Amino acid sequence: MSSKNPTDGPACGLDQEPRKGFSRRTFIEGVGIGAGAVGAIGTAEPARADTHEPVGPDPVAITLNINGKSHELKVEPRVTLIDALRNRLDLTGAKKVCDRATCGACTVMVDGDPVYSCTMLAIEAQGRRIETIEGISTEDSMHPVQAQFVEHDAQQCGFCTPGLVMAGKAIVDSNPQPTMADVESGLSGNICRCGTYVGVRKAVYDAARA
Amino acid sequence: MATKYDWPAADDRSLIGKRHNRVDGPAKARGAAKYSYDRNLDGMLYGKLVTSTVPHGRIVGIDTSRAEKAPGYKGHVNILNVGDEVQWAGTEILAICADTEEHVRDVAAAVTVLYESMPHWVKDEDVEKAGEANRVKPAKDDTKGPDLEEAWKSADATVEGYYGLAVITHCCLEPHGQVVDWTGDDITVYASTQAVARIPGDLANGLSRDEKIGTVAADSIHVITPYMGGGFGSKFNIDTWGIACAKLSKMTGKPVKLMLDRDEELMVAGGRPSDFGNIKVGAKKDGTLVAYESETWSTGGIAGRGSPPVPYVYNNEERLAQKARHLNVSTNIGPARAWRAPNHPQAAVLTMCPMEDLAAKLDMNPVDFFKKNADLTARPEVYRYEIDKCAEMIGWADKWHKRGDSGSGPVKRGLGMSLHTWGGRPHDSTCEVRIQPDGGVSVNTASQDLGVGTYTTLSVVAAETLGLQIPDIKVNIGSSKLPISGASGGSTTVGGTSASTRRATVNALDELKAVVAEALETEADDLVAKDGKVFSKSDSSKSLTWAEACRKLGNRTITGQGKQPDRNGGKLNDSGVGGVQMADVSVDVETGVVSINKIAAVQDVGLVICLEQCESQVYGSLIQGVAWALYEESIYDQTTGKMLNPDMEFYKLPGAGDIGELEVHMVQNKYDDRGVIGIGEPPAISPGAAISNAVANAIGVRVPTLPLTPDKVLAALANA
Ligand code: FES
Ligand code: FES
Repeated sequence: MSSKNPTDGPACGLDQEPRKGFSRRTFIEGVGIGAGAVGAIGTAEPARADTHEPVGPDPVAITLNINGKSHELKVEPRVTLIDALRNRLDLTGAKKVCDRATCGACTVMVDGDPVYSCTMLAIEAQGRRIETIEGISTEDSMHPVQAQFVEHDAQQCGFCTPGLVMAGKAIVDSNPQPTMADVESGLSGNICRCGTYVGVRKAVYDAARA
Repeated sequence: MATKYDWPAADDRSLIGKRHNRVDGPAKARGAAKYSYDRNLDGMLYGKLVTSTVPHGRIVGIDTSRAEKAPGYKGHVNILNVGDEVQWAGTEILAICADTEEHVRDVAAAVTVLYESMPHWVKDEDVEKAGEANRVKPAKDDTKGPDLEEAWKSADATVEGYYGLAVITHCCLEPHGQVVDWTGDDITVYASTQAVARIPGDLANGLSRDEKIGTVAADSIHVITPYMGGGFGSKFNIDTWGIACAKLSKMTGKPVKLMLDRDEELMVAGGRPSDFGNIKVGAKKDGTLVAYESETWSTGGIAGRGSPPVPYVYNNEERLAQKARHLNVSTNIGPARAWRAPNHPQAAVLTMCPMEDLAAKLDMNPVDFFKKNADLTARPEVYRYEIDKCAEMIGWADKWHKRGDSGSGPVKRGLGMSLHTWGGRPHDSTCEVRIQPDGGVSVNTASQDLGVGTYTTLSVVAAETLGLQIPDIKVNIGSSKLPISGASGGSTTVGGTSASTRRATVNALDELKAVVAEALETEADDLVAKDGKVFSKSDSSKSLTWAEACRKLGNRTITGQGKQPDRNGGKLNDSGVGGVQMADVSVDVETGVVSINKIAAVQDVGLVICLEQCESQVYGSLIQGVAWALYEESIYDQTTGKMLNPDMEFYKLPGAGDIGELEVHMVQNKYDDRGVIGIGEPPAISPGAAISNAVANAIGVRVPTLPLTPDKVLAALANA
């Protein structure tokens, strides 16, 4: 009998392929590096060197590669990726809901992996390929996951939707034939309060096969 | 009496009652929908609340001097002052703003508030202890129906038990809050609200109470809310933070965004009252229910709140002897806000659970027991039909077994059911429909779409009326400058706005027909708008496409007005619905973990406008029901008086894999003549009782209170 604790969702990823959607492990690995970086690195470069001068607390210039475009901005080192996207770059598709890695509303792709952007520092996202909900469709056509969300009415208030779409995209990117169990596992790091999971599950399942 | 406004007959409906993609679906799926939280205005400052750290006390000092010197500080306004009393942790004390979100956290943390602490009480379940703390007040004592003593004497079987459910919180994913831009005499408010048209008056009132500000006219305030991220009953007012945010904007001359932090959202911006009670029910051997007696108590914060309408659904006053006593427990927790179907989910637990226990004692199948007593409900046939339908959907006949008779393995399976009712009357609404010479049609009303599908339902109503398609209609809602419409609460929106839109559209079409009749040399009565054309019924050669017909307007725009209520406007809506839900669960008696196999729901709402969005409301209700049946609870600590889980890690909500299979059946073509009735609340009522009953059926004992967490399941088994 599957009987997981609802907020244990991401942990279910532990016995899964890491790319099958959201895994708290992916996230923790990411933060692990970042957390080390804050104390140790000396420039706003990605965490690599450990011999530089400390940066901050004043804003530092950073460059982020988002949806194929390079953006230059100045942020304090403590600024999270979600706050950089939303507050500095007006990329407001990803939402900030729990701000502590439990709800998935802030999900973006970093180097092809889904990441909780509330829990990654902007400086740490430098030199990495960031993809947000705004970057996965064109003016004329939606990504198959987005199209299937509309088809299956997988949204009510829609506030969780961008995060769920990105989690869904991560599932279909890594697995062209996910089972319903794969879909549920891959979505288990995202919370929807309105209760749209019935449509969301079908949407992701069908998008993989579209 | 038939009027031209009546809903088209079943055969004439090409859009109403069918499946449609949500009009705002693509914007939401693309992440392009701009919510209040997403507004970034030029020069915008970030606001934040400073809230009380004590559950009860008097403020003896507020020191902002360090904050004022901190980088980025731009201003603050007091919400409470020295000498004021705070009655729950998280009470709003002041609002402060700074140039960045990071800085505002710093400046808020630099504010010091001192309190003289006062005694607090945050526990509701043990009414005796609450009484000893002097926190209990009688709220209701009602006796109805036949003589109670006689009724108990006539009962062949009785059940007495303790039942209840905990305080839960709304946890809207978009927190409460707004961006306010006060420029000159104009105040623009991007508010996350369920009441676009009400907020200007509410804010004007709140501001005018401050003599430093003076009178503010409601008409100088423009509320803009095209999208909002969840309310569920908690977002009707501007709240202290909205008023403070406006003051900060005025003070700084800049737009200010103030959205609650997650912990504030869970502590002070949500809250559904608990309910606990000792219930006694009795029936005759044949299952006829004769008496229901309850002593219940609940808390929804300092004012108590939360009197459940018990006995629920089964409440015929002529035949059922009933006595209901209710006590309010005053606690120092965040005040309750309306939560989908206020008091009904609680009443369902406090009625349907003892009833199912009684059925078990009588050795009756609950389906038979609930059906047998359907005459005690307001709508016996509806419920009997729905019980049968729902039983078929869940496979009751094959899967149901006697209580506890669930095999020898550690995983026990069981079925349970519950019934509910709700009003869903229409709220007042006005609407203007415009037809432009270029063929464009817009529906304009100051309503809001909480995610229920208002954009889609109004598109369908107008398109159906004009013989057009959904993309031909532009729906303008979410602005307080549009014709006034009610707040979205109590399942009143679809009834109110569909009626005002239907009437406005019919009126607009009448004007168009008058113009076209002249052009086609026929009578307006002879014209029909259908399939994208306006044509003569009597002479098929007289026909214009919609675009051609509108071009006949020259440079004139038609405006059709419609309102609800409208005595001469036909019968377009009603109130009073019934629904039945059944749950199939598995319980691991070694771990105490409950999992959902399936929930089936049958729901009557009169005339369905958009089937898919209607079903989505039911699915969402079932999922929220799984949440409060199995996981959700606001946990308070008596020692500190604080909520222990104001976050999304320990305030548990289900994920996509925790809800089992859900099946929804909307009753269509049976009660369509009643017109449109709201759907938001009714299906949100029964899930908890149905799931609790299924668990009792599975494991053979009642787990008295929700949420049915593993510890409680194991304790119930141990006590059996
Ligand atoms: S906001 Fe990042 S996981 Fe919730
Ligand atoms: S649609 Fe509202 S939170 Fe998911």
